[in-house]
Amino acid sequence: MNHLEVKNNQCIPVLSIPVLGYEQFLEHNTSLLKESHYHCVNYYGFRFQGKIKLICCIANDKEGTIYISSSIVEQHQTLSSFTHHHLAFHIFEREIHENFGINYTDHTWLKPTRFSFNRADKNSTVANYPFYKIESEELHEVGVGPIHAGVIEPGHFRFICNGEQILHLEIQLGFQHRGIENLFLEKKKLLQRITLAENISGDAVSGHTTCFVNLWESLCNYKADEELQYARTVALELERIAIHTGDLSAMCTDVAYQLGSSVFGRLRTPVINYFQIWCGNRLAKGLIRAGKNHFPLHKTLCDTLHKLFDDYEPDFDEMCKETFTLPTVLARFEKTGIVTTEQASSIGTVGMSARMSGINRDIRSSHPHNFYSSLNHQPIIKNHGDVYSRAQIRKEEIKQSIGYIRKLSENIPSENKNRTILSPPSSDSFVISLVEGWRGEICHCAITDEKGELVHYKVKDPSMHNWLALALAVRNNEISDFPICNKSFDLSYCGHDL
Amino acid sequence: MIKNIKILFHQGKQYIPDITKAEVPGIFRGRPIISSEKVNEQELVDLCPTGAINTSPVKIDLGKCTFCGECAFAFPNKIKFTTDYKISSNERERLIIREGEDKPIELNPDLIRKETFEYFSGSLKLRQVSAGGDNSCELELNACGNVNFDMGRFGIEFVASPRHADGIVITGSVSENMAEPLQICYDATPEPKIIILAGIDAISGGIFEGSPALNRRFLSKYKIDLYVPGNPIHPLTFINGILELIKKRK
Ligand code: SF4
Repeated sequence: MNHLEVKNNQCIPVLSIPVLGYEQFLEHNTSLLKESHYHCVNYYGFRFQGKIKLICCIANDKEGTIYISSSIVEQHQTLSSFTHHHLAFHIFEREIHENFGINYTDHTWLKPTRFSFNRADKNSTVANYPFYKIESEELHEVGVGPIHAGVIEPGHFRFICNGEQILHLEIQLGFQHRGIENLFLEKKKLLQRITLAENISGDAVSGHTTCFVNLWESLCNYKADEELQYARTVALELERIAIHTGDLSAMCTDVAYQLGSSVFGRLRTPVINYFQIWCGNRLAKGLIRAGKNHFPLHKTLCDTLHKLFDDYEPDFDEMCKETFTLPTVLARFEKTGIVTTEQASSIGTVGMSARMSGINRDIRSSHPHNFYSSLNHQPIIKNHGDVYSRAQIRKEEIKQSIGYIRKLSENIPSENKNRTILSPPSSDSFVISLVEGWRGEICHCAITDEKGELVHYKVKDPSMHNWLALALAVRNNEISDFPICNKSFDLSYCGHDL
Repeated sequence: MIKNIKILFHQGKQYIPDITKAEVPGIFRGRPIISSEKVNEQELVDLCPTGAINTSPVKIDLGKCTFCGECAFAFPNKIKFTTDYKISSNERERLIIREGEDKPIELNPDLIRKETFEYFSGSLKLRQVSAGGDNSCELELNACGNVNFDMGRFGIEFVASPRHADGIVITGSVSENMAEPLQICYDATPEPKIIILAGIDAISGGIFEGSPALNRRFLSKYKIDLYVPGNPIHPLTFINGILELIKKRK
């Protein structure tokens, strides 16, 4: 057997994962990706008995399962790369190379990933990143960041331009690295680990925290009741509405459409304020807990939410109608920052960044978690892969999410007052948890030892897959269109840097 | 154009008229009150994820507290969170709430440099540096300038370059990889300049405290002019804190 087939959030003995010879491991996983209903959700390594154990997780989007396989290699070994066969692996192999010093003979772009504190080569630092260079009298380079003009996170963008036209963009990340994966092991209390999950990416709190608690409950063999599932699903959809609305505002700002910027901006306020009404924090920190819920979403709270949507929707619809027909906005959105379907599938984009390029990739429909199987989710797909598609997806997903929340609250699960407490995590186990956050699929993987202690924790934000899409999108665009392209993806720096 | 004006018109008044007296909706967790009830203090200390609670007598350090509210759930008679969002101070000590205390958190006027209010009271331009921030405080700092909170009306604004700034606002636990860019940015800001720490990650490291991926040396080198607790900070906490800091004094 080449792999073990598991469901989302299924807890399995770590020993049941097949260990393959590296050649077979490579051949098996890369050949799966030849078919379009497979995609790589995670591929990583960790130290194991003086060697490096590699674990590859390939999702079968048709069957709703995940194929897990592994291989053991030596540190500082030189291998042939997965990337050579399929580009979607490029970022994962870059990470493996950086962390363990494993070299690849045929990796096209073996650049540093995030300069993690425990990287293999301490001489490689954030200050000496090896940028791609071009020898030319005509072309020039533009460097932006790490600190940007606006109030956003740091990252460095290096452009090679021909006049105003971008030929190449290289994105250097890692500035936000806080050593999160390691802290998951260091901090032993469950509440500390939940707090860590809440702080992976502060704009995707519901996403990462749901991913963590789903995983943790599975490790503890705990079946979350309907009320917990309900609250988490509403939180995920509400987060999507809030951030998408804010992004529409920011996209209007970037094309100098002041009215859209203000109106979408103020429409976001009641949505994030609702999180505060519900749980006391505008970004949902403190809301999601493993095996309990301090903030039951009862009838009165749901009514408040319905009232909010009743006010939100007419103003939102009106503003969308205006924005999406305004020639000055359309001129900047349409055919700007295109990622073709071919490019998107070759680099393995996920979430919104995949769906805007015609790829049907959405964990809510392929590997449903929480309450999504009951919603029978149909992903919203666009085909042009441009800024306009990304704006449209947001608009339509907001409407869809409002519909879902309305539908879910027709049947509010009653408050569960006698929950059992969580038992300790199972020993020698492995769990993979996938959640479709507003950016795309979030993936957490955990491994425990014989005492049930965490020995490895892996976090993957969808941005890991998608940053390269931004770099490709801006090629041949004017450099003045970079801000709108960047905002239209709105990828996470801290989610990538961990 | 007409349609745009129509839309603009029926938005009504969106800004909060008096930012110093605004009420926060819902169950906001602001300044806590600790009663003198006897509880198992060790349990209290043990449950806190960020080590914000100290004992005999019980104290909560708002520079470390992530406002998860778990202590109040476990000991509802001991700890209550009020909706008082004015929790910024310029003195680190003042962020520590002691058992039996129920008084507003204020700035220490003796620690405010004269030039702060002399130069900045009508206009304060700030450069934001996210140094290992998780984008939650950054989102809230952006919200400070939106049409609801409208910080711009007080002349407080974020600017694109440190050269145009009167001070820097740091978010995040200060990662090693951002230590140098942060220093460069600070050095590029002309004197006189202030430093504001926004959020508990910046103030104490938050849940990341002690991580080997951090380098917080910058923070011990300079005087911090304002600490704004929260995870993330609430826009009202931030704006009110700054207004206090730069208000005209004799
Ligand atoms: S609310 Fe603050 S003091 Fe209480 S447990 Fe949470 S972090 Fe600790």
